[in-house]
Amino acid sequence: MALATPASHGATTAASLTTQLTGAKRDIRGRAVEAVLLATLALSLLILVALVVNLVQRSWPVLSGRLGDFLSSGLDASNATEAGVWQAIRGTLTLAVIVAIVAFPLGIACAVFLEEYAGKSFFARLIRINVRNLAGVPSIVYGILGLTIFVKFADGITGGRTVISGGLALAVLVLPVVIITASEALRAVPQSIREGAYGVGATKWETVRSHVLPSAAPGILTGTVLALSRAAGEAAPLLLVGGITGLLRTGDQGLWEQITKGGFTSMPVAIFSYARQTGADFQAVTGAASLILLILVILINALAIWLRNRFEKQW
Amino acid sequence: MTTAMSNKWDAGQLRLSSGRRRSDTRMRWVFTAAGVTTLLITLLIIYTLFKDAWSFFWNVPKADLWTIGWFPRRGMYDIKTLFVGTLMVTGVAMLIAVPLGLGVAVYLAEFARPRVRKFLKPIIEVLAGIPSVVIGYFAISFINPNVITWLVGGANKAFNIASAGAAVGILTIPIIASVTEDALRAVPMSLREASFGLGARRVPTTFRVVLPASISGVVAALILGVSRAIGETMVVAIAAGAVGGGLFSTDLFQPGQTMTAAMAALGFGSDQVAGDGLAFQSLFFIGFLLFMMTLVLNVLGDRLVRKVREEY
Repeated sequence: MALATPASHGATTAASLTTQLTGAKRDIRGRAVEAVLLATLALSLLILVALVVNLVQRSWPVLSGRLGDFLSSGLDASNATEAGVWQAIRGTLTLAVIVAIVAFPLGIACAVFLEEYAGKSFFARLIRINVRNLAGVPSIVYGILGLTIFVKFADGITGGRTVISGGLALAVLVLPVVIITASEALRAVPQSIREGAYGVGATKWETVRSHVLPSAAPGILTGTVLALSRAAGEAAPLLLVGGITGLLRTGDQGLWEQITKGGFTSMPVAIFSYARQTGADFQAVTGAASLILLILVILINALAIWLRNRFEKQW
Repeated sequence: MTTAMSNKWDAGQLRLSSGRRRSDTRMRWVFTAAGVTTLLITLLIIYTLFKDAWSFFWNVPKADLWTIGWFPRRGMYDIKTLFVGTLMVTGVAMLIAVPLGLGVAVYLAEFARPRVRKFLKPIIEVLAGIPSVVIGYFAISFINPNVITWLVGGANKAFNIASAGAAVGILTIPIIASVTEDALRAVPMSLREASFGLGARRVPTTFRVVLPASISGVVAALILGVSRAIGETMVVAIAAGAVGGGLFSTDLFQPGQTMTAAMAALGFGSDQVAGDGLAFQSLFFIGFLLFMMTLVLNVLGDRLVRKVREEY
């Protein structure tokens, strides 16, 4: 090293070198800029903390007073002491199942097409651009699509304003997320894996099925889980498709009848419904529902991060 | 396989069995169909929006598009009310999200040690995962009573544009931060090393070398942030008030209406406008305008993101 100092020069430390090179001036401006940058980060984290603390504080009357009752009561936006979230939780779970059934296979198949079959053709480029744009379409627009296509046009199949229409609208909404993350996972699979399969005479489909998809599975799984968390938090499309906001009577309908014919709500729709009511009672109810949704979404995200870390492959 | 023994090769033995060939062809079609489906979705969105938007535009008395406010049930479709509302919410959101988002990105990409970054990044990602209804509730239960009221000394209504805009800004921080951080990290290390080698310290290197080199990525982050803010619905529907309609207003601290919130109001519950009336069709008209606005912004942002990646 050119800067190595002979022992006769005495001890030259990194610090003394820095002093010599900078003329012993302190980098005050640099420190100040760094402090400002750090402050923006601290403020962002502070917002997160304020959000959680505020939620717990506001919802405390419900959490400490009638948590069990709150979890088992239905949607009722006229009476805060009767309001609860069980219909909303059931709705969100049903929606998640429909999203998983529709969006996952379709999204993964589209990603396989883009990464394994389409190559660099014009058609493939068109679909790639299209998927990226779909990812940026405002969620309320998917509500219009759901209202026109699933509620009105396909009325006979979906039963109109049912949880099926809602689930389909959400599935279309998260489809780009599934495609983009699955594409990234497929792209990360090294070419040698495919060549190994072709080398022993496998067809394209056999290669994809038994080599490429299993290798990309962890990444694909992470993406699908993230898509579910997005779907669980979305309310705007459901408002247009017919999520119930005031009072939902399920009566003694069976589960199947409820899914194919009855009205539905979900956690975000219920929160919207409660947030529009005034008074401290409803503030507590809204806060408690928000806290439950937040915990649910963070748990799903944590699952995705855990999956990524647990199964991530280093090629 | 008796090929080796009989010592007689012919290409026919390398050919696939018809069953394997058929399933290979079938799956190719299945995957292609999945790809085509995404195109179909876009076409359906454009078709459904355009059909009723077109019919609304030709049937509405043009004077009704420029009145005193947005009251679809009373035949007043004042477009400027929604545009100005959207603009104000987006403006306030950017006021919050641009400094915070850029600051977070620059710190994480250029200043934070790897271990600190590995710890902080997931926390910022949590911010990105918060459902917008929860942020909307945060706006009315915390931002408005504690921050906005303190700022303007109580001149604000319970539901107003400023608190909705601030909350939309919080939702936009992670988008701006992550796109910017990706752009900064795409700048090759050699550029920084050259700058350090000339004696520049961390701060001048960051602001005179790395940021200019990734400028199109930073601009892309801002464009995508604006697009996200324009399209945000639930925060505004909860926190900005004016559910059924609203007068034209440019006051940040009064209730206001945005394009997205107006659409949500037309679609749900008590305000549900049934049938094929003009009010119902106005939903599609606004939707079409919104779709076109975000489409242009997204295409632009996407191009710029790609440009950074191609440059290095």
